Amino acid sequence: MSGSQTMNRDVNTAVIGHFPGGVHPPERKQPASSKPIRKLALPQELILPVRQHIGPSGKVLVAIGERVDKGQRLTEAGLSQGLPLHAPTSGIIAAIEEHPTAHASGLPEQAIVIQPDGEDRWGNKHALPDYHDVEISRLLELIQEAGIAGLGGAGFPTAQKLAQQKPLKHLIINGVECEPYIAADDRLMQEHADDIIAGTRILQYITRCDSVLLAIEDNKPEAIKAIAEAIGDDPQIHLKVVPTKYPSGGEKQLIELLTGDQVPSGKLPMDIGLLMQNVGTAYAVKRAIIHGEPLLERVVTVTGESLKQRGNVWALLGTPIQHLLDESGFTPEKKQRIIMGGPMMGFTLPSSEVPVIKTTNCIMAPTEQELPSPGPELACIRCGACADVCPATLQPQQLQWLAKAKDYDELEKHNLFDCIECGACAYVCPSEIPLVHYYRKAKAEVRNIAREKAKAEQARKRFEARQERLEREKQERLERHRKAAEERKKMQQEKADKPESKTKEGDDKPAGKSAAVAAAIARAKAKKAAQAAKDSPEEDNSAKGNES
Amino acid sequence: MSFRIAPSPHGHNQRTTSEMMRWVCYALVPGVLLQSFFFGPGIWFQIILALGTAVLAEMACTVARDRPAFSALRDNTAIVTAILLAISIPSLAPWWVIVIGTLFAIVVVKHVYGGMGQNLFNPAMAGYVLLLISFPVQMTNWLPVSTISEHSLTLWQTLHTIVFEYTPAGYSVEQLRAGIDGVTMATPLDTIKTELTRGYTLTEIYQGPEFSYFAGAGWQWINLGFLVGGLLLIQQRIISWHIPLGFLGGLCIPAFIAHIFAPDLMPGPIVHALSGATMLGAFFIATDPVSAATSNRGRVIFGLLIGFLIFVIRSWGGYPDAVAFAVLLANMCVPLIDRYTRPVVYGHGD
Repeated sequence: MSGSQTMNRDVNTAVIGHFPGGVHPPERKQPASSKPIRKLALPQELILPVRQHIGPSGKVLVAIGERVDKGQRLTEAGLSQGLPLHAPTSGIIAAIEEHPTAHASGLPEQAIVIQPDGEDRWGNKHALPDYHDVEISRLLELIQEAGIAGLGGAGFPTAQKLAQQKPLKHLIINGVECEPYIAADDRLMQEHADDIIAGTRILQYITRCDSVLLAIEDNKPEAIKAIAEAIGDDPQIHLKVVPTKYPSGGEKQLIELLTGDQVPSGKLPMDIGLLMQNVGTAYAVKRAIIHGEPLLERVVTVTGESLKQRGNVWALLGTPIQHLLDESGFTPEKKQRIIMGGPMMGFTLPSSEVPVIKTTNCIMAPTEQELPSPGPELACIRCGACADVCPATLQPQQLQWLAKAKDYDELEKHNLFDCIECGACAYVCPSEIPLVHYYRKAKAEVRNIAREKAKAEQARKRFEARQERLEREKQERLERHRKAAEERKKMQQEKADKPESKTKEGDDKPAGKSAAVAAAIARAKAKKAAQAAKDSPEEDNSAKGNES
Repeated sequence: MSFRIAPSPHGHNQRTTSEMMRWVCYALVPGVLLQSFFFGPGIWFQIILALGTAVLAEMACTVARDRPAFSALRDNTAIVTAILLAISIPSLAPWWVIVIGTLFAIVVVKHVYGGMGQNLFNPAMAGYVLLLISFPVQMTNWLPVSTISEHSLTLWQTLHTIVFEYTPAGYSVEQLRAGIDGVTMATPLDTIKTELTRGYTLTEIYQGPEFSYFAGAGWQWINLGFLVGGLLLIQQRIISWHIPLGFLGGLCIPAFIAHIFAPDLMPGPIVHALSGATMLGAFFIATDPVSAATSNRGRVIFGLLIGFLIFVIRSWGGYPDAVAFAVLLANMCVPLIDRYTRPVVYGHGD
């Protein structure tokens, strides 16, 4: 508490922490940051992958041929991590089919295809201009229903992140945007600072947090100015200007910059009383609560020298990348690369039919001259340049050796899973080794092994449980037989007590056997005598058991 | 439309291994020029011989290992190894000395261990030690520097001596080393070592012709030349300052302490720093990344260890200089140093 109070006093001061490593790639943000966000013409069709975020896909609520309004819900959020999907504009459901999606693998997934009718006709909106007398759980529900996912990173459903019930030291709003080229958040802050701050206040209300740190990198003076004005003299929101260094916008790095603390390995920021949301998410939350508009569009930086018209656009979710390129004067070169995301962490798209999804912050069409492809990979010379720039203080050179040697145990000991895949190591590697690529492969392999191991473990447990059950049943059976045998012995004894001559006939060694035979005879006699039809199978069993 | 697939990051800071090695060669220029000034043009023949041998050996090895012959040469590491070895040996050493040394460095020390990036030992220094142990006479035949030498050889005479081991006039290298009084002259470090055992004090030894200004005549300027080149490498971020600083600290701090206690028996830090292969070792040899420690803390320890070993061997060992031995000994400690200097990973601290 005392920490946050000192911070209250010196608003707008510099950061207190520092993170190791980092790189300074050419920023090249100017084409996107200096021009207003453009509105695009409606595309021919919108492709909405049913599953477009972390978590399982929801149930489709519409049928082919159905007319939908703008904002109409298309899927039902199924399980806990699901998010519903909405129609970004009014139109007709043209198809529900497999379609290539925005994933590094390019594997097709089920998608709803909408043919816009051009009317852009809204359905019902449930605006909530004053949320202060609404229960927090209801607000979370609204955010969930609006389909809002983290717009800065992996696209984790926002409501679920907010619902964690732990007291917060700080709510961090991330407007750092450290990836080169990208200026989507920058431009959003310049044009919609008031909305972002309004959204921030909603997040603050939901989390009951009285200290907000809003971080922006110092290469965005216009955004800083706009946000500072929007904050005004609010004593609870502190604008933090962080030095430009990639990857200062990474969740863990920004936390270290702002608080001096590290998130313990394997834990969440929540565990040390912090919660981070992107400025774009704050904006979306404001639209959802105050205006009742679900998440239908986002700002996308469309850039790269293969495009004539570079800048930011408002892209409806589901807009095919080809449409963005066409609207930006695309003249592809030979062996053109199309990157979704920035140059450091973005992935190349196999085709331009892929649609914009909630986490698409940038589409790049760079020329070879602008971002040259790496030369052939040379051997590692252990120069340690990678270790110098690693923001997680890993030893990328060791990880690389171990990954190539497939030494998965050592990889885990060298904390492979603390790698945030920022790409700084590969960016500086003089031998041009695609380090991150090796780590991703190794991580996937380690996960596979763990999965296989878990499976094998489960199979082993199942087998052992079965063995145990069979053994138990056998023991129970034997126990029953023993008891039955004893019973019979007793009976025999009782009978033998009367005709004494018979017992003496038998030897003492096969006493059991003769006793059993005698018992059987006795039983048969008894049966005959009684003329009873009630013959229990247990007795048959016991006879067998005694023989064996 | 379909597009090209590539892993992230897209783009690179454009400093490649080949380029780094090229920079190392540029940075050697001032030292090598001074060396050729003080020891004659022999060094150029040694460099040419070493380069030729290294390139052929590298190609033969890569072909033998089923790799494209020219790909390995592109990284320029063989060239750096060759030059470092060539400038470490006496400039009139017979041709077969440098050829054997280079072959050993490239074939055995580098490729037998798995090629570039895999060698445990610094190839140039391993080659040097092989030569020093196998051919001690040829490897210690350093001429007196040209400013105090009685003889100066032309280009032709130098080449003749390297090829046939005698000058065209029939002088051996041993004879060329004789001073005006007929006494054979040695390197400053050698002189210190032998004269001290003969009971002279340092003050007396420094009166000799082998010394001027701060340290050995000629050698001090060569060392300063390598220092300038080394600082260029640090400024260009080809090497980090950790190893050279550790190296010079490990050498000069004990030397300084020893010098205070025994000023007439123990040479001071400046003599140590500007003699023998100190600066070449600190900036060009110990900084070979493949065989050095990798973390910054580890690099300082690695450098300190080398410097200290040099001090110990120069002061009490059997050899006048010790850079090669110290570097090889420190190379052996690298896995241990690396293990205990591993930095704390994000989120694993207290």
